[in-house]
Amino acid sequence: MIKNTVLAGVGGQGILSIAYCICKAALNRDYQIKQSEVHGMAQRGGNVESHVRFSDDSIPSGLIPQGKADVIIAVEPVEALRHENYLKPDGCIVSSISPIKNFNNYPDPKKLLERIAQAKDHVLLNSKHLAKVAGNPRVENIIILGAASDRLGLGLNEFDTVLEELFSAKGEKVVQANQRALRIGRRAAEIYRESLAKGQGPHTALEHLEQLPENAWDPEAATPGKGG
Amino acid sequence: MNSAKHEQGSGMKTEILLGDEAIALGALHAGIAGVFSYPGTPATEILEYLAKWNQGSQAGNGRKPVVADWSANEKVAYEEALGMSYAGKRALVSMKHVGLNVAADPFINSALTGANGGLVLVVADDPGMHSSQNEQDSRFYAQFAQIPVYEPSDQQEAYYMTLEAFEQSERLGLPIMIRLVTRLAHSRGNVKVLEHGKNEVTVGVVGNPSDWTLMPANARRRFQRLVDAGPKLQSLAEESTHNVLKLAGRKGIICSGIAYGYVLENVGPATDFSILRITQYPLPVNKIRQLVEHCDEITVMEDGYPFIESQLRGVLQIPGKAINGKHTGHLPMTGELTPELVRKALGMELHKSRVQESDLGSRPPRLCTGCPHIDSYNALVEVLESYPNAVVFGDIGCYTLGALPPYSAIQSCVDMGASIGMARGAALGGVHPSCVVIGDSTFTHSGLSGLLGAANHNTNMTVFILDNSTVAMTGGQEALIGGDKFIQLVKGLGVDPEHLRTIVPLPKSHEKNVRIIREEIEHKGLSVIISARACIQIRKPGAKK
Repeated sequence: MIKNTVLAGVGGQGILSIAYCICKAALNRDYQIKQSEVHGMAQRGGNVESHVRFSDDSIPSGLIPQGKADVIIAVEPVEALRHENYLKPDGCIVSSISPIKNFNNYPDPKKLLERIAQAKDHVLLNSKHLAKVAGNPRVENIIILGAASDRLGLGLNEFDTVLEELFSAKGEKVVQANQRALRIGRRAAEIYRESLAKGQGPHTALEHLEQLPENAWDPEAATPGKGG
Repeated sequence: MNSAKHEQGSGMKTEILLGDEAIALGALHAGIAGVFSYPGTPATEILEYLAKWNQGSQAGNGRKPVVADWSANEKVAYEEALGMSYAGKRALVSMKHVGLNVAADPFINSALTGANGGLVLVVADDPGMHSSQNEQDSRFYAQFAQIPVYEPSDQQEAYYMTLEAFEQSERLGLPIMIRLVTRLAHSRGNVKVLEHGKNEVTVGVVGNPSDWTLMPANARRRFQRLVDAGPKLQSLAEESTHNVLKLAGRKGIICSGIAYGYVLENVGPATDFSILRITQYPLPVNKIRQLVEHCDEITVMEDGYPFIESQLRGVLQIPGKAINGKHTGHLPMTGELTPELVRKALGMELHKSRVQESDLGSRPPRLCTGCPHIDSYNALVEVLESYPNAVVFGDIGCYTLGALPPYSAIQSCVDMGASIGMARGAALGGVHPSCVVIGDSTFTHSGLSGLLGAANHNTNMTVFILDNSTVAMTGGQEALIGGDKFIQLVKGLGVDPEHLRTIVPLPKSHEKNVRIIREEIEHKGLSVIISARACIQIRKPGAKK
């Protein structure tokens, strides 16, 4: 077994925190891990990418070969597509639809979504909206991680421990918001896929998610300890 | 990552470490007394790991803390490490590849003085120039200095090669280089490490100080010693268990460092390729000869310059053997090595993927919202609109982004501190106004000596020092000096106090700042304007100090 994940986003979105969560959860399962990232000037609003690989066998390369990624996890839609050449033909894209338009000629957001939706296995989420539902605008990255968690084959409970370690210095409230975000993301991905299965398009599926009342996410979607 | 997996009874545990961190921990476990460095991507995390270790719970426990302070520049860092070695302690010195240009003088000469306490230099090269101004390959420097190099292929090797390098350095009485590349420095992997490393190692002081006093008579003797050590270094590389030759089919591969992982990723462990992996230099000539004799065709894979390939090919080629690599176009001369490039060079078809190429516009980095440099540039750009012949010489830091729109405010970026010397040369060559934009840390790194000349000749130029009280671009390391001390430092170089001005780069001070800048550009002689406001990243609550 080897699981190859490309993480992508814009500097400041917490891409490397997602990487940390996956690596740590995989380490706790005694997997071999390779994680590669590019920083430097990237942290000034440039694009950030990280390759995360875990396996029960040794992994030779820190970089995922093109065409070998199982999942792309992106907190920004352009960044999801930037790394599409890494994805297996039947691979999964989990991406936020919230654009960060900090460069010229930013593509038409509608067309971006339609391009991502061409992947047979994909989830699009308004992570900005869902982070608000989770009670903290800074947890967009963990919403997206939650949405991708089943494709990683790692349980929510396994991430709970890691989130606790990662955010405990920032207080219990931040830990809880992240754990809640994880579950909201997971649940939102399920609802999104259900909509697609009913024959709805991505736009309708997204609208449906945004129209859900806030209490739709409680309690079963947002209680730590469930859904793992 | 902090929590490790412990293996009962083995004295080992598994940690997830960056290549940089594996080196740092290897050095700690080898018993170093200090690490010396100047921040530079992708080598910064080496010193940072040890500085953090000093503060962590693992420290204490009978292990002495490690000296882990940033130096003014890489040359000073190297000299400090050399001095620690002289004193009989083990020392690590780390830097990015271009930092070794700054430290080249002590580095090359330290091969003559030799090492007393183990002295290991880690250089992180940046093929592909992720955050550098060139992609020079440090292996040439090691060859130039005639010292051994380790080039680990993964994090695990980075750890144990560091342990070994310190032993080797003391045995040989020579400094040892470890070469990293960005992709290893900034990648994590599982690393089996010792539960407890050595405490601080002491080997005693230098026996014969004349060995370290490189006056011609001594230097000739020491150079002869270095040359005489050549065959010994050669045989060490030849016998090294790190240089592994596996003969199989008639097609051969020579790969160095991380290229091995990319080869393995593509051909798998049960390959018919004959493979020589090189991770310890000088080149293991006999192993190379064996491979060449066995194979008809050899492909050389290296992340960096064609260092091995050029030597293998020589000027006369090898008759009857095809050598593929960067010189033949099987691999590109420039950029970072990838699994795909290796695959193509071996004539294998690429894996199918959803799309072949990404066609999206790049997302260039930019100054943070609220960054003081924005206000500095806004004022400068407004003044310079009246001076179409102005040239602004830039330097290395976040403010290099001032070269991009909307500012398009600087016209050069060459090396640390270059702006001041270049501006003086340009002013003497007829440029007016000749201006400089340099950060506080870059100034203390390599700008001081340039300004000393400009001040004492009172050259007609205007120097902006953007003082944000930190080394921002590499993640906010503490600047050596700031505030009033910084102003006194500049004054002490001989800058006329009447033309040493300070401004606060804030939108509300814009008009005032524009006026001051205009006055100083009009001044016939040297002016220095210190534009001081702290980086917003270090002012955030919870930000690194």
